[in-house]
Amino acid sequence: MDEASGTPREVLESRPTRRGFLAGSGALGLSAVLAACGVGGGAQQGGQGSGKGSIRALFMKQAGYSEANIRAMTASFQKANPGVKVTADFVAYEALHDKIVAAAPAGTYDVVLIDVIWPAEFGTKHIVGDVTSKWPASWKQQMLPGAVATPQYQGKLYGVPWILDTKYLFFNTAHLKKAKVDTSALDTWDGVLKAARSIKSAGLVKYPLIWSWQQAEALICDYAQLLGAFGGKFLDSSGKPAFNKGGGVQALDFMHQSVVDGLSAPTSTQSLEEDVRRVFSAGQASMALNWTYMYGLADDPKQSQVAGKVGVTQTPKGSAGQPGVNGSMALAVTGGSKNQSAAWKYISYLTSQPVQNKYAISSLPVWRSSYDDPAVIKTNPAVVPQAKKQLGDLILRPQVTNYNAVSQVLQAEIQNVLLNKKSSQKALDDAAAQASKLLSS
Amino acid sequence: MTTTTTATRRRRRRVAAGGKGEGLFALALLLPAAVVVFGVVLYPVVRTFVVSLFDVNSPLPGAYPFVGLANYTRVFGDKGFYAVLGHTVYFTLLSTFLELALGIAVALLLNSPLRARWLWRSIVVLPWALPTIVNGALWRWIYNGQYGALNGLLDSLGISHTAHQWLGTPFLALNMVILADVWKNTSIVVFFILAGLQTIPDDVYEASKIDGAGAWGAFWRITMPLLAPSIAVVLVLRTIEAFKVFDIIYVMTGGGPASGTQTVAFYTYLQAFSNQLFGYGAALAYLIVLAVFALAMVYLRILRQGQMAGVE
Repeated sequence: MDEASGTPREVLESRPTRRGFLAGSGALGLSAVLAACGVGGGAQQGGQGSGKGSIRALFMKQAGYSEANIRAMTASFQKANPGVKVTADFVAYEALHDKIVAAAPAGTYDVVLIDVIWPAEFGTKHIVGDVTSKWPASWKQQMLPGAVATPQYQGKLYGVPWILDTKYLFFNTAHLKKAKVDTSALDTWDGVLKAARSIKSAGLVKYPLIWSWQQAEALICDYAQLLGAFGGKFLDSSGKPAFNKGGGVQALDFMHQSVVDGLSAPTSTQSLEEDVRRVFSAGQASMALNWTYMYGLADDPKQSQVAGKVGVTQTPKGSAGQPGVNGSMALAVTGGSKNQSAAWKYISYLTSQPVQNKYAISSLPVWRSSYDDPAVIKTNPAVVPQAKKQLGDLILRPQVTNYNAVSQVLQAEIQNVLLNKKSSQKALDDAAAQASKLLSS
Repeated sequence: MTTTTTATRRRRRRVAAGGKGEGLFALALLLPAAVVVFGVVLYPVVRTFVVSLFDVNSPLPGAYPFVGLANYTRVFGDKGFYAVLGHTVYFTLLSTFLELALGIAVALLLNSPLRARWLWRSIVVLPWALPTIVNGALWRWIYNGQYGALNGLLDSLGISHTAHQWLGTPFLALNMVILADVWKNTSIVVFFILAGLQTIPDDVYEASKIDGAGAWGAFWRITMPLLAPSIAVVLVLRTIEAFKVFDIIYVMTGGGPASGTQTVAFYTYLQAFSNQLFGYGAALAYLIVLAVFALAMVYLRILRQGQMAGVE
C-alpha cells in the first residue's frame, strides 16, 4: 500500500471532524431558518401572459359536468385555439378547497373551479383574481341572478358561474302511488311529512326520508334550504348570526322531529349526497333532497332499481317560502397564473351558452334564455321545467371570509341536536356565540 | 523517541494532504443524503416553527404579524383541542392494545406447525397491504346502517335484526373506527412478533418441559420475556402511528358525528387548510411533532438497549 494514502485507520481518522460536521450542519440549519423567515412560501407572481401557451385547470370529479364532458369541451377549445394547451386535473369536491389553497403558493393552476361559499375567502386573499372588468355588461342581464351571485363578493366578481345548481325534491312515484299520496302533497314540508307517514304506515319502507346530514358542508346545504323555507336568516343586516332565531330554530326542530318520528333515516347523520343517491336508487327511501345530477343516475336502469319511478319537483314550501340553496360553482383565474389571458379565454369558452347548452344533460346552463330552448328542455324534460321555477329563488349561505370555520361550528351543533344531545335553541345559541367570535376575529 | 515522533508527524502531514481529498470525497458522498435530510426533515421542522410564531392566514407570502408564542397559548386555551386530544389518546391506547393482543395471538398461531402456513401468513399480510383510504371506504360501507354488510351478517346469523347505526353516535363511531384500524394494522404487529418468536431457540422450550413447565408457564416465563424487545419496538411504532391517525377518520366519518371522531391530526388539518389558520395549524403540528419526537426517543432508547443486550 502506498504510504501517502495512509493506513485504513488513518484514512478513517481523516474524515471530517465532528466539529466540522456540526459547523456545516449549523450553517445549513441557519440557512433554513433564514429561508423560513419569509413566512408564507415562495409565491409565483401572476401575469396576463401572451394568451397562448400552456395552462393548467382544476375541476371536481363528481356532480355537474363529468370528467369526460370536460375533456371533450377542452378538446373543442384547443381545436378552436391551437395556441393554447390545457391540462385538466380532477379531485373530489371534498378535496377541492384544500387543493386550491395548497397549490396557490406555487401557482400550479391557472383556472380553478370554486364553490359559491369561497369567493369571499379566495378573493380577499388574492388566491383568485378579480375579473369584474372583464365581464361584458350584458352578462349580468343574460345570466340568472343566482348565477351572477355565485362568484360575487362585495360587488366584485371573482370568476364566471358555470355549474348552476340547487337541491330538488326527488320522490319514488311508485311508493307515492301505493300509499295513495298525490304528488301535489309534496308542495309543502308539512305535506312531505304527511306523505312520509302514509308511506311508512303502508309498510313500503322503514324510513321514507333520507338526507345528507353527515358532519360536512352537505348538512349546511340541507339546513339552508329549510331555514329559508321557514323564514330564517344566517346573518342579520349587521352581519351578526341570526340563525338562532325564528326560522333557523324551526328548521332544526323540523329536522330533529322527523328523526324522532322515525320518518327520516337515522343513517342520514352519516350520509353525504352519494349515500342519499344510493339509498334512494335502491328503493330504500321514498323522498330525498339532492342536486340535479341525481335524476340522471337514479333514473338509469344500469345504476338504479327505481329507474322509471323517479319524480322530481321544486323544494317544498315552508311557512315563509321555498328558496333553494344556492349550490352553484364558478370558474376562476388564479392570482398566481402567469397566463391569465389564456385562462380567461378558456373560462369564456367553457361558460359560453352554446357549450353549456350542449352539455345541459349534466349541468343546467347559467343563461336565462337556455331554459326556453327546446333543445335544452329535451335533454332533461323532468328537471328543466322545475329548474326554471326554482333557480330564480335561491338562498345564499353566508358570504364571509372565514365561512369554513363558521360552517364547521354550525355542523357540529346541528349534529348535537340530531343526536339528541342538545335542544335546537341551545345548540344554535351555542353555535351563534362561537360564530360571533369567528366573525369578529 | 524524537526520531519516531518526527517520522509520525511527517506521516500524518502526508496523510492529511491525501486525506483532504478523501475528506472532500466523503463529504460529496454525504451531501445528497444531507440535502434530503435537511430538505425534507429539518427545513420543514424549522419552517413550521417559524410559521407558528406568526398570525399567518393565507398560503401566500405577506407581512404577517409576529405573535410570539400566542398560537401555543391559544392551543392550551382551546376547548376543542382538549376534546380531540382525548379522542386521540383513547384511539391510541385502545388501538395499540388491541393490535398487540391480537397480533401476539395470531403470531403464536402462525408460529405453530400449521398446514399451509405460508398461505395463512400471506392472508394475514393482506389487510396491511391495503391502502388506508381503501380500508376506510370499505369499512364505511360495512358499517352503513341501511345497506351495510355488518348488519346484514348479524341479521342472517339471527344475532340481531336491528339496523344498528355503527357510525351514528360519537363514542360508538370512535370505537368502530378503532376496530377498522385494528383490522388493518394487526398484520404488521403479527410480522414483528413472528420475527421475534423465530429467534427463540427450541432448546429453551425443551429444557423447560424437562423441568416440568406447562405450556402456560412456558408462555409467561420464556416466550413473553424473550419477546419483550420485539413487543417494545412494535408498541412504540404503533403508538406513534396511532397518535398521528388522520386518513381513516377522513374517509370513514369526516370527524363526525358531532365531532366525536376528530383527532389532533384531523383538527390540525381543519385549522390549517380548511380555515387557513396556518400559524395556529403550525403550532398544533409542532406539538404533534414534539409528542412523536418524544415517542421516537423512547423507541431509539429501546433499540439501543436491545443492541447492548445483544452485545452482552
